[in-house]
Amino acid sequence: MINDFQEFNGILPFIILGAGILVSVLIEIYSSKSEKLLPWFSILVFLAAGFHSLYYAANIKVVMQNMLLTGGVPNIFHFVFNIGAAIVCLLSIDYIKKHGTYFGEYYILLQASVLGMMCMAGAKDLFMIFLGLEIMSVCFYALAGLNRKKLNANEASLKYFLLGAFATGFIVYGIALIYGSAQTTSIDMITALFPLLYKNIIFITGVILFLIGFSFKIAAFPFHMWVPDVYEGSATTIAGLFSTGGKAAAFSAIIAALSAIFRSSIHTFLPYLAAISVLSMLFGSIVAISQSNIKRMLAYSSIAHAGYMIIGLAAGNSEGIAGVIFYLTAYTFMNLGAFGIVSLIEGTGETNLELSSYAGLADRSPVLAVLLSVFMFALAGLPPFAGFFGKYYVFIAAVKANLTWLAIVGVISSAISVYFYIRIIVLMYFRETQNEFEINISNTGLLAVFISCMLVIILGITPGSVINMIASFL
Amino acid sequence: METNQLLSYILFTPFVGALLLLVFQRDQEEQIRFFGLAISVITFIISLVVYSKFEPQNPNFQFVQKIPWISSLNVSYHVGIDGLSMLLLLLTTFITPLTLLSSWKSINKNIKEFTIFMLLLEVGMVGVFVSLDLFLFYIFWEAMLIPMYFIIGIWGGPKRIYASVKFFVFTMFGSLLMLVAIIWLAVSAGAVVGHFTTDIVELYSIGPAAAKNYQNWMFLAFTLSFAIKVPLFPLHTWLPDAHVEAPTAGSIILAAVLLKMGTYGLIRFCLPLFPSAAMTFAPYISVLAVIGIIYGALVAMVQKDMKKLVAYSSVAHLGFVVLGIFAMTQESMQGAIIQMVNHGLSTGALFFLVGVIYERTHTREISEYGGIAKIVPLFAVAFMFASLSSIGLPGLNGFIGEFLILLGSFKSPVLNSWWYTIFAASGVIFAAVYLLWMYQRVVFGEVKNPKMEKLTDMAPREIFIFGAMAVFIVWIGVYPNTFLKISDRSTAKVILQVNAPPPVNISN
Repeated sequence: MINDFQEFNGILPFIILGAGILVSVLIEIYSSKSEKLLPWFSILVFLAAGFHSLYYAANIKVVMQNMLLTGGVPNIFHFVFNIGAAIVCLLSIDYIKKHGTYFGEYYILLQASVLGMMCMAGAKDLFMIFLGLEIMSVCFYALAGLNRKKLNANEASLKYFLLGAFATGFIVYGIALIYGSAQTTSIDMITALFPLLYKNIIFITGVILFLIGFSFKIAAFPFHMWVPDVYEGSATTIAGLFSTGGKAAAFSAIIAALSAIFRSSIHTFLPYLAAISVLSMLFGSIVAISQSNIKRMLAYSSIAHAGYMIIGLAAGNSEGIAGVIFYLTAYTFMNLGAFGIVSLIEGTGETNLELSSYAGLADRSPVLAVLLSVFMFALAGLPPFAGFFGKYYVFIAAVKANLTWLAIVGVISSAISVYFYIRIIVLMYFRETQNEFEINISNTGLLAVFISCMLVIILGITPGSVINMIASFL
Repeated sequence: METNQLLSYILFTPFVGALLLLVFQRDQEEQIRFFGLAISVITFIISLVVYSKFEPQNPNFQFVQKIPWISSLNVSYHVGIDGLSMLLLLLTTFITPLTLLSSWKSINKNIKEFTIFMLLLEVGMVGVFVSLDLFLFYIFWEAMLIPMYFIIGIWGGPKRIYASVKFFVFTMFGSLLMLVAIIWLAVSAGAVVGHFTTDIVELYSIGPAAAKNYQNWMFLAFTLSFAIKVPLFPLHTWLPDAHVEAPTAGSIILAAVLLKMGTYGLIRFCLPLFPSAAMTFAPYISVLAVIGIIYGALVAMVQKDMKKLVAYSSVAHLGFVVLGIFAMTQESMQGAIIQMVNHGLSTGALFFLVGVIYERTHTREISEYGGIAKIVPLFAVAFMFASLSSIGLPGLNGFIGEFLILLGSFKSPVLNSWWYTIFAASGVIFAAVYLLWMYQRVVFGEVKNPKMEKLTDMAPREIFIFGAMAVFIVWIGVYPNTFLKISDRSTAKVILQVNAPPPVNISN
């Protein structure tokens, strides 16, 4: 029930996206030029929703009968989701043209999935999280298999669907147990009741199941099995969205639901979080070394990054939560940039995805080589790029929480991961070209990658303003 | 010109130069070379201005500039120098134009990128020496890896990929552990002063107060990182690979400045921040340093490749520096600092001369040479001069540093044993053996290789580069006081910080 302008203003980003989806459906049905119109229309919708969220981030208000929080941390996530999705759209225009796989549903599902992510980030009720999760996931399953003539896209979609449904089962069961013990699904009520509930085994089991379900979604070890296959099988642009928006949304849901509980009593969940964090970091970094397909390598790298982010959750203090949010922001842009370049270099029919295709890239396309180097250094966590500050913040949180050992495991894993990130640079700069394929750099794709690069550098030079903003909302 | 902005001018001149180079066309090779050289010369001139205004009597940081950067972490852009960094800053800005000049002919591909990377490297090196905030220091320390990695990897020798990756991974591993120690220190500072801080002026009073076992861990984390960079035996294995594969300019910079960042870090951070841990570990590290001196010398003796020989001689020379630092006396510390500069000049000159001859013959195998004294007399003289300086002949620079270090370590109360000095002194003899033996095999004797008959002697450009280094080699050897007095008060301050009674312990 919208009873005043402020409330309306708060949910305006949701309304923009909802209306955008409906208009997109109409464009797809009635316009013969929908392939040209839809991407730009979607970008417009994303930019409007994203910048509106950022601009009104300071107006914190609980709306929709205590179901949704607008303003504050959720709005930062809204901004990241929307700008990330806008970058994906820019990349998709020529990617889809190159592969001849245009379906109008692509952009509609993209918008719908972002709407789902936003519901998760702003949730004030476990049902809202579930609703958002399902909107996002169903769109993702469809997006993964959108190219239905391709065998491994079907495989990716089915695998994603089966494992995703399995994970959702965990989450629903967890919510059921939480409801059974707390008799409410309101997150505020659960947090308030927590001092009475923390010895209740049913409640704790519920929370752990909820966390396990989301561990699937954030691609943490040992719930990561779907990640490499799904990234490899889906369109590269979509894999970029899965690895950034999807991961950020799952983290936003954990933060929305549990950050208050974590801050009051992290020790209950620390063993679980620390274990999956350590395993994800080490497993992701070590297995990534042996990959020869760049999309699979980035998939394992995304598993490792999930591990670093969980350090921030495991620290359980406000620095940790702020660190995770900053990390997710940085990670979204550097990983989208990397996937963006992969999508530019990828040829039709799954070609040029082997690491060897990148040999000698510096001679053939110096611009792409420089940009990819920036993303690789950023992912490896080298200053002065954004990735370094993400790690720095979560490590600070860990040390403050007396989890120095977790920070040490983190840096060891970073040192391992340096090897496979700089291997790309070795190939691009120090090796001769192996197969001379043609690189057609599309202008829109280059623009998308360039924007990501700028954001990675800007977040690296002025991380203070962003982290201050996040901290002020916590 | 505001004096407290001078360091920023030094820091940002090469950075702006690197950015401006982006607008040059790739084929304007001459212009790019001259522009890069001009930028680095301007940087050197500004650092001379800094030197002229530097007050050696003042042991505190000078030319301090502090601008808040990341307020939530209390990180500021905080730069300043004292006697320790003044010398190394001058060395850096002095060597950079010479290396650019030395690669005038030898670097033929991608000159634009090469010049940009060299200038960015200079930014990183200067940044390391002027940072007064651990966080800022760490950023320069890590960021500097990127250009060096490309310089070895793109313009290096046949095994350049292996060498560059090894260099990168080794250094990164050490520095990441240092990062954890930095965070731990900053967080524990929060418990004392009430706010998270990485400012070293503040940390100087906080670090020594940390509980002993924490100090030990942090000391080890910092020292591991610096010891890899130095490199201290047994962490030196990346060095010969990196040196041999790097282009001449890269080798000179690596030897002259990059290795000094490790020893500088030891003096600037390890000793004053964790004095009681430093005292505890000083004998062990000194043992490693002495092993490094002898091991480096013995391995250098059996090398067949000239560049590898010089690289292993670096391991030995840096062993002296580390011994001087951990002997913790005024003499040895002063010796260590002057020896850092000496090593930069002598080994830099040796690498340069090896590069000069390699450019002409494309071989560094000692056995391919012989008897070139008659063909290239100027080169033979220069090579003799650099070798003697590296050996430590009295009257040249190497002698001063080694003598002070041996003197200081002999009477060091921390080490409290003669054996360090006795074994280290044998390194001086070994140095004479391997360098003179190489010199004899390369320069004297009969000309066995007909290719050598057509060698051309050093060109005026090369004579100029060598001459510039030689001036300082003689200057330090004959009148070291000019340089010793710069760092005198600062080393005294470090010794004082180390020996100060530990403040009240804080738990965790």
